[in-house]
Amino acid sequence: MDFVKLINCMRCGMCLPHCPTYKETFLETASPRGRVALVRKFQEGELVESEKFLEYVSLCLDCQACASACPCGVNAGELVAEFRCERKQEQGLSTMEDLILRKLVPHPDRLEAATAPLRLYQRTGLQKVVRSLGLLKVFPAALGRMEGLLPKLPEAPLRQTISEVTPAVGEQKGTVGFFLGCVMSLIFSEASLATVELLSTLGYKVITPKDQKCCGAPNMLGHDIDGLKDAARFNTDLFQSQQLDFVVTDCGGCGAELKKYGHHLDGEAAATAFSTKVRDISEILATEAGTLKEKLKPLPLKVTYHDPCHIAHCQGIRSQPRALINLIPGIDFRELPEADACCGSAGTYNIEKPEMSDRVLSRKVQNVQKTGADYLVTSNPGCLLQLKKALSEANPPVKVIHLTELLQMSLNA
Amino acid sequence: METSFIKALSEIVGEQHTLSDPESLACYGYDSTPELQSRPGAVVLPGSSEEISKVLALCNGAGVRVTPRGSGTNLSGGSISFDAGVVLQTSRMNRIVEIDEENLTATVETGVITSTLHREVEAKGLFYPPDPGSMNISTMGGNVAENSGGLRGLKYGVTDDYVMGLKTILADGEVLKTGGKVVKDVAGYNLNQLLVSSEGTLGVFSEVIVKLIPKPQAKKTMLVHFPQLEQAALTVSHIIAARIIPATLEFLDRTTIKCVEDYAHVGLPLDVDAVLLIEVDGHPAQVEEDAAGIRAICERHHCSFFQTAAGPEEALKLATARRVALSALARVRPTTILEDATVPRSCIAPMVKLIQDTAKKYDLLIGTFGHAGDGNLHPTCLTDERNPDEIRRAHQAFGEIFEATIAMGGTITGEHGVGVAKKKYLPKLVGESGLRVMRGIKGAFDPRGTLNPGKIF
Repeated sequence: MDFVKLINCMRCGMCLPHCPTYKETFLETASPRGRVALVRKFQEGELVESEKFLEYVSLCLDCQACASACPCGVNAGELVAEFRCERKQEQGLSTMEDLILRKLVPHPDRLEAATAPLRLYQRTGLQKVVRSLGLLKVFPAALGRMEGLLPKLPEAPLRQTISEVTPAVGEQKGTVGFFLGCVMSLIFSEASLATVELLSTLGYKVITPKDQKCCGAPNMLGHDIDGLKDAARFNTDLFQSQQLDFVVTDCGGCGAELKKYGHHLDGEAAATAFSTKVRDISEILATEAGTLKEKLKPLPLKVTYHDPCHIAHCQGIRSQPRALINLIPGIDFRELPEADACCGSAGTYNIEKPEMSDRVLSRKVQNVQKTGADYLVTSNPGCLLQLKKALSEANPPVKVIHLTELLQMSLNA
Repeated sequence: METSFIKALSEIVGEQHTLSDPESLACYGYDSTPELQSRPGAVVLPGSSEEISKVLALCNGAGVRVTPRGSGTNLSGGSISFDAGVVLQTSRMNRIVEIDEENLTATVETGVITSTLHREVEAKGLFYPPDPGSMNISTMGGNVAENSGGLRGLKYGVTDDYVMGLKTILADGEVLKTGGKVVKDVAGYNLNQLLVSSEGTLGVFSEVIVKLIPKPQAKKTMLVHFPQLEQAALTVSHIIAARIIPATLEFLDRTTIKCVEDYAHVGLPLDVDAVLLIEVDGHPAQVEEDAAGIRAICERHHCSFFQTAAGPEEALKLATARRVALSALARVRPTTILEDATVPRSCIAPMVKLIQDTAKKYDLLIGTFGHAGDGNLHPTCLTDERNPDEIRRAHQAFGEIFEATIAMGGTITGEHGVGVAKKKYLPKLVGESGLRVMRGIKGAFDPRGTLNPGKIF
């Protein structure tokens, strides 16, 4: 780790009010400033990797709200992740991590096959039986939580059903590659279909290579930097072999990772060229606002927007989604208090740290309720999973949809 | 620290609010002051005045020292415990007890964040002006203890202009209530004002009553460039002499301008000596008149550029240069030493000149920005803590700068406090008699020296 990155922190504390775990605990050890200090003191030999040390460091959601707030450009979230990656490289992956991160995640067919039983579980009515009999209580707690988060799955993963080429409607303006994203394809295929429809309606030919692999974000979460590099190389080669104006994704997490391929592969030319082509769907649509506006029909809905960390903090995209929502005639947009605060999903954090995740989530739910909105719009599958469940149980319930689903509703209203 | 003592602390505030693991102690060994660090023996986060009382009584009895802390944004080492004592963090006490719209006061627990109070009172059309740079995380207790200032000091004053009442826990755990909601109060010594800026050495605040004022109806923001430093400084003096008191009158020097432009690309010219950000507020008619008057004065002093913001969005844009000044400077080198030398307003130009000459003399990079209207400057040295020679030169340079400040009739600290960082300059400023009186006051409040020892003098 580059030591300068650690001493750049001037301990001003500007990150504290933006850190979800600090806001819940008021503890310096649960703050970005504290985590930078912990890692620095470990590097300086003042602290050892004790159980407490790991507990404090792993409480970080890696939402990177601290990076947005830092006056000196320190990214405490990323530093903590980098530190954990380095430790993992020294210690090696566990058998379970190796199985998931190397043998499952990088292989879309295996990943899809692994989720097939879940589809069956929902469709045969087994889910209802399990839930009504309270059988979840006999499962390990983490499994129970995962089951609870799962919405109704599509008939088949989108990767299997989508055509590789979707022609532009009318005159062709350009060609984009569509990066699917595992969770979007497996669970939120309808949102991704809306994304493709919007792109083609606006005159883009959409190419969706079937061979694409997971972006590598789960490897990053598992601190498996080598697995991440493999994913980056593979996807770079696959997309760079096509003539594309942009590579578009509607998954905030994927977008943030794809934009960093150049960095992950130490500035390799192809990866850097690929990364500069990557756009979140909201970035593309915002540049087409004029054309899009003419096609949108009124939707009399009260809507608010949650900034996914991977969109706002990692990619700096804030105004585009709001501008797009406001293009819809008749929409009543209400700004969400603390809109860019993490929802507590944070990859697998909600499974690993359920207690803190719930505290962070409950603050988000209260803020959503303050807006009086009927719909919460967001654009990252982790947030969608976490917020769909929580807000369907809220009183009154709030519907949660992807940005492109809202725009599609207006397009076809 | 002995396990039995830590256990006694945890019996008062609860186990989860008592920290003594090495990781926590390492994280409470710093505040925002560069270079200074020292681990405490334990950390407690009390949840009420009663708990603070009990903690203090216990520590005072056992001869354990206590250092109060809000969010740890102190810039003079004031919230660091240098003798392995107990750090007492007030963050959990964060209730706004009352906003009294008839008496125009707010009563808050001292862990309330300054900008939270701003938001709550402004929603009711009221205004709490002190706005220190750290207001998004600084606590009201910390603001009172340091007498924090901010950008609006020129027109609206600083924290002590707004403190009406305090609930203070003394070193032995006793509760001292001073002031209240009354505007006039001459009963005995003005202990309220004495406690403001006591830097945690006289007591721990648990509740504060602050004065609120009506929120100004209108605001106008202006950005002005000056090719010559002297002309910018004269402009500041002449604006005030023309009986115009802007809410904000901020200044950036040449080094700061360059750093801001490198970082934020806001379109500042690199060949000017100074940029002023000026904001007037109040009744719409008054605001118009003041803005016109300011424009005439700026033009008379040969400004090379003058822009008035058309609306709030443009105002935000104009303020960007000043808003990002510290960020822009802080990114240049790993270590940032931010000072707050303050001189009478009429000495701004010679002071800035002196800072620039001193930087040259010691071969240092120092950018100066700050509150020109009230003479409170932030000479900011951009350095690297791994370079001991440069750090030594930085301290020498600041030594000279503070000497000059005192000679000009200014002060060594306008808003950061003395703490330990400025301790050695205080005798020169306040003299033997000043120190004797301060020591006497300290003895009267805290005879056993329990509270924040080693700070101020």
